[in-house]
Parts: sequence; structure tokens; C-alpha cells
Amino acid sequence: MNDFSLWDILRNLLMALRWTVVLSLIAFVGGGLVGGLLLYFRLRAGKVLERFIGGYVALFQGTPLLMQLFLAYFGIALFGIDVSAWTAASVALTLYTSAYLTEIWRGCVASIPKGQWEASGSLALTFGEQLRHVVLPQAVKIATAPTVGFLVQVIKGTALASVIGFVELTKAGSMISNATFRPFEVFSCVALLYFVLCFPVSLYAKYHERKTYGRRA
Amino acid sequence: MEFDFGAVLVDWRLLVKGVVWTVGLTAIATLIGMVVGVACAWARSSGPLWLKGIVGAYVELIRNTPFIVQLFFIFFGLPAAGLKLTPETASIIAMVMNLGAYATEIIRAGIEATPKGQIEAAVSLALNKVQVFMRVVLPPALKKVWPAMVSQIIIVMLGSAVCSQISVEDLSYAANLIQSRNFRAFEAFIVATLTYLALSIGLRKLLNWAGPRFFFGR
Repeated sequence: MNDFSLWDILRNLLMALRWTVVLSLIAFVGGGLVGGLLLYFRLRAGKVLERFIGGYVALFQGTPLLMQLFLAYFGIALFGIDVSAWTAASVALTLYTSAYLTEIWRGCVASIPKGQWEASGSLALTFGEQLRHVVLPQAVKIATAPTVGFLVQVIKGTALASVIGFVELTKAGSMISNATFRPFEVFSCVALLYFVLCFPVSLYAKYHERKTYGRRA
Repeated sequence: MEFDFGAVLVDWRLLVKGVVWTVGLTAIATLIGMVVGVACAWARSSGPLWLKGIVGAYVELIRNTPFIVQLFFIFFGLPAAGLKLTPETASIIAMVMNLGAYATEIIRAGIEATPKGQIEAAVSLALNKVQVFMRVVLPPALKKVWPAMVSQIIIVMLGSAVCSQISVEDLSYAANLIQSRNFRAFEAFIVATLTYLALSIGLRKLLNWAGPRFFFGR
């Protein structure tokens, strides 16, 4: 019978924490790239594509992330590809993140007055130049707070990857709890570590929100 | 690759039972969670300082940890501290705590947007503190933030899929059970996912209809 001290528990959880961080970064960066691409198509292309992407967003926002993870896990396997929990979790979280980010960013771009598009268009700027010099510099400022805020959702979302066997913080917590029979301490530590990871990000998002909109009464 | 959705749909009884559990859990969590949210929003906007601190800590703690960890803490952690719960009770407590924290922030935003003149007018009509809050401040506050509230309730409903991990027999549990019987994993999860999608669309419609009728008048 092994005796685990609280420090042993915490040390093992800290080792697992890095996979939570890595998975969050993969999902956030990957989701940002895909989301940006979708945003470009939404602004550029006609109504058919716009509706298609709208459906994509509604699909990911209207179904549980857990189901998306299962579908990625069993869906990729249908193509005869041997999927690891890594691949499935990365793919599912990337798509999930891209759907939310493209919707957030679309709202930010839509909040730029239409006259600015028209004015820059009448100055013979191409679509790319309009985006680069006129619209995006303003939209990015508005988008920072909600984007950083969504990062917290992504970090919390990675906890669900534990269900398909990805060993990150939550899965490590379950395993250690099974080995030590001390679920109270273990899950307290797990929650605390998530809090330590997420709370600064939340504060940073709030700070940006105040910077953008001023302190609301 | 061949799909066989028939193999999943013959177990429709399991799916219906799952839907009933998911909807039931969500309904209970929504009702209690809203009460928690209103109470905490009141405490956070006009309660004593120590209460503000406690509520603030509760809100931040819940908002910055994953739901699955909250659920595991309540279901696996609390028995070690002497509090044994059934999976269903643990799920409801976790969902209420979760929705309560988000609802607090949402409703507080609505409360703080109340014009001062309205409160002064109510006080000058000799309404007491409770009357002012329940009849003057709260209804328009709920009305203002109702769209955000509806989205949050749907997020909680979708999040409840995780409750299958502690063997609550909800919709995702049904999907898991079906795929373990017939090995049609992809089809089972597609059916469950589409059912969730239908539920979230239906729930949004229902709440948009019910809000003005029952919670804050038109």
C-alpha cells in the first residue's frame, strides 16, 4: 500500500496539467486559423456559403462538446485511420473552437459601420486592402476581450477529452483518485489547478473589456 | 463504409428515456438555478460586504473550473467528506451550482442597468425594500438579459451530457448503451447529437415564449 502525500498528488497533477495546456493551445490556435478562414469566406462569398457556415456554427453551438468528441473519435476511425485520443481531441476541439471564434469575430466585423466599407471601396481599395487597413484594425480591438474570454471556455472544454481517454488534468485526477482513495483532496486540487489556469485569463479578458468599453455603471 | 441507423433506432425506448432524463434534469436545474441566480445577484448588488465577497468567490470559482470537475468533486469527493449522493442528486446539485453562478452574473448586469429614478419613484410610493426589488427592479432586469439567460440554460442542458459519466441515464448514456450493444458507435452518437440539436432548438423556442409570459410580463 502506497502512501501518497498531498505533495505527491499535486506533483502528479502538475505533470498532467501541461497536456491540458498543450491541448488548449492546439485547439485555440487551430480553431483560430480555421475560424479566420471561415470568417474570410463569410465576408467574401455569396449567400449560399454564408448560410452553410451559419449552419456549421449552429451545429457546433447546439450540440454537446462531449458528443462532438465521441463523433470525432468514432467518425475518423470509419475512414480506416487509427485514431489516438490525441488526434480525436485535437480535431474535435479545433472544430468546436473555430465555430465559436468565427461567430464572435463576425459580430465584431459587423459592428464596423457600413460607411467605412463604402468609403474605402470608393477609394479603390481592394477587398484585401479594405480588410487590412480599415476594418480589421478596428475589429481586432473589439474582438480581443471576447476572444480571450473564449479561451477560458476552451481550457474548460479540454477537460472533456478525459472521457475519450486523453490523459490530461481531469483524467489524471480520476486515475490518482482511484489509486489513492482520496477523491476529496484530489478533485479539490484538480479544481484549484484549473482555477489557477483560468482565472488570470478571465481577469485579462475583463481588463480588456473595460479598456474597450470603459467601466460600465 | 456502411451506415445502419436502423440498428440504433430499434432501441428508441432507450433514447426516449434518455431524452426524458436530460429534459427533466435541465428543467429542475433551470428552475432552482434561476432562484439561486436571483438571490445571489441581489446579494452581489445590494447585500452586505461579507456576503458580496462570498458570492463573488462562488461565482468566480464555478466560472473558472470545468463542469465535469465540479460534478466529479460533488459525486466522488463529497462522499469522502461524509455526504453520499445518488448520481441524479449529484447531477442536479452540480447543474444548479453551475447555472446559478452564470445566472448571477447575467441577472446582476440587468439589475445594475436599472435607472435610479425608478427605484426612487418606487420608494416614494412607500414600497418596502422587498417590493421594490421583486416588482420594480427584477422584472425589467430579467427582460433585458433574457436572451443571455436562454443561451446559458441551453449551455447547461448540453453540458448535462457529461452526467452520463457518473451513470445518470440521460441521452448520452443511452447512446453509449446502444453502441455497446450493437457496435454501431458512429450511428448511435449521430442520432444522439441530432437529438440534442433538436432539443436545443426546441428549448430556445420554448424559453423565448415562456419568458415574457411567466417571468417578467409583457
